[in-house]
Amino acid sequence: MIEIRVHGRGGQGAVVASKALAIAVASEGRYVQSFPEFGVERRGAPVYAFTRIDDKEIYVRSKIYNPDHVVVLDPTLIEAIDVTEGLHKGGWILINTTKKPGDFQEFCKDFRVATVDAYNIAIKYKLGPKASPIVNTAILGAFSKISGVVSLDVLLKGIKEIVPIKPEENAQAATEAYNSVNFKEE
Amino acid sequence: MKQVIMGNHALSFGAMISRVQVIAAYPITPQTQVVELLSELCADKRLDAEFIKVESEHSAMAACCGASAVGARTFTATSAQGLALMHEMIHWAVGGRLPVVLGNINRAMGPPWTIWTDQNDSLSQRDTGCLQFYAQSNQEVLDTVVQAFKVSEQILLPSMVILDAFALSHTSEVVDVPDQKLVDEYLPPFNPRYILDPKEPHTFGGLTGPDGYYELRYKIEEAIQDSKRLINETGKEFGELFGREYGLVEKYKLDDAEIVLIASSTIASTARVAIDELQEEGKKVGLLRVRVFRPFPSEEIRELLVNRKKVAVIDRNISFGHGGIFAQEIKSALYNCKDKPPIWGYITGIGGRDVTVEHIKEIVNDTIKSEKPEQDILWKGVKL
Repeated sequence: MIEIRVHGRGGQGAVVASKALAIAVASEGRYVQSFPEFGVERRGAPVYAFTRIDDKEIYVRSKIYNPDHVVVLDPTLIEAIDVTEGLHKGGWILINTTKKPGDFQEFCKDFRVATVDAYNIAIKYKLGPKASPIVNTAILGAFSKISGVVSLDVLLKGIKEIVPIKPEENAQAATEAYNSVNFKEE
Repeated sequence: MKQVIMGNHALSFGAMISRVQVIAAYPITPQTQVVELLSELCADKRLDAEFIKVESEHSAMAACCGASAVGARTFTATSAQGLALMHEMIHWAVGGRLPVVLGNINRAMGPPWTIWTDQNDSLSQRDTGCLQFYAQSNQEVLDTVVQAFKVSEQILLPSMVILDAFALSHTSEVVDVPDQKLVDEYLPPFNPRYILDPKEPHTFGGLTGPDGYYELRYKIEEAIQDSKRLINETGKEFGELFGREYGLVEKYKLDDAEIVLIASSTIASTARVAIDELQEEGKKVGLLRVRVFRPFPSEEIRELLVNRKKVAVIDRNISFGHGGIFAQEIKSALYNCKDKPPIWGYITGIGGRDVTVEHIKEIVNDTIKSEKPEQDILWKGVKL
């Protein structure tokens, strides 16, 4: 089983990112769970969304405490909360930022770090307002590349199914992030 | 067709494929998406039903009762305080013998203000005569709505389809929404023998003295007892048509178990993983999930628990002054049996406190270690 935690701020689309990934993976006949942090969300406040993926039916229904991978939609969250809490050693932490993985030395010791400039990709494809672009689909493209959890083709199908508007632009943003994510090849 | 949907939408789609004709509902967290989707389905004509906007849950159930009395298939959904407000009209649906199906998202009762899950809202409706199904997955939520109509309309009593707040209501997972033709084959149109009809006037629920009321209550008990057979039969028939079989209870790795863990709802789902791990450690433990709480599956409980060494019951609810409600019911079902096992009644997960695999394993291991239950109520995880 693979468990993923998405960090964002209320309104950034963390829940949609988690669900788009789930829809994509489910289209391959795998089992998924996608859920928000149980409770109420406030715009701008730190929020969480979770995805479980398995080849067999998923019975565990508690929250996720030890994710295999973490996706961070907003780089300012790194100062505000411990985004690596419970993260498995060697797991991916994917950050939306203009910085490079080497700039996050504090994470490099225990985890694999990847970065992608999802803000500017989202702005380029006019996803959301310029002041607060919607980065969730772009960052999923980057996640597909580094984690191999889902192929880009399958992911794009999931994205097109869930985004309310601009399905093509969202798919292009994901593809561009897939091709431009910064990480160390293994 | 397989879709990734939240539990709330599984309720809405369950109502849609059951071809409900009248919906009256009032939104309440964490049930809101049920009502949102149903109103959308009605607005864009994917569902040919009358959507009645009401000012309260009491009115929602009242409208459903009226519509059911004229022969319409009716549905509503609510949660916690909303269900409590509906309480009087649930008695009405039962006494009026109206097979309304009600979706309830298990949410703890306030105050203090809360939106997270436990079972006290639905269990407070225990003695109304409304059937109660507790689901462990979104697929089961959808499937149970269809089965609930089939059972309710044969015995003329309402049913409640119950799911945990957030753990199901807001969790999206793969749900197979079955082919409408197949559902139509399984669930024929609602065709009651007596309806409210101005052309042929009847009175429903009028003043009835001690000479008649008693017998009408006897008839309700007779009908709900009969529903035990029906629930198992319709669940089996559902399995033949759709590949997913259901019954009053579900057994998991129970055959050689000396210790039986009993749970319901999503805790029972997580408990499967705990049972797998405990068996790998060589422990002789199995799981019994109570899917239907009313009617209570006393016969199954007796058959499956007599001669076991120990029984541990997990209750995500509390009857103040007595204890966990499932544990009470199980004890009462076993009381007259010879060779009944001792029962450990654990309370946990109240108000949506998370229940993990480790947590459940701890409960089983505590039961294995202790010789007898030290108290009627064994609280797990209280931080004082």
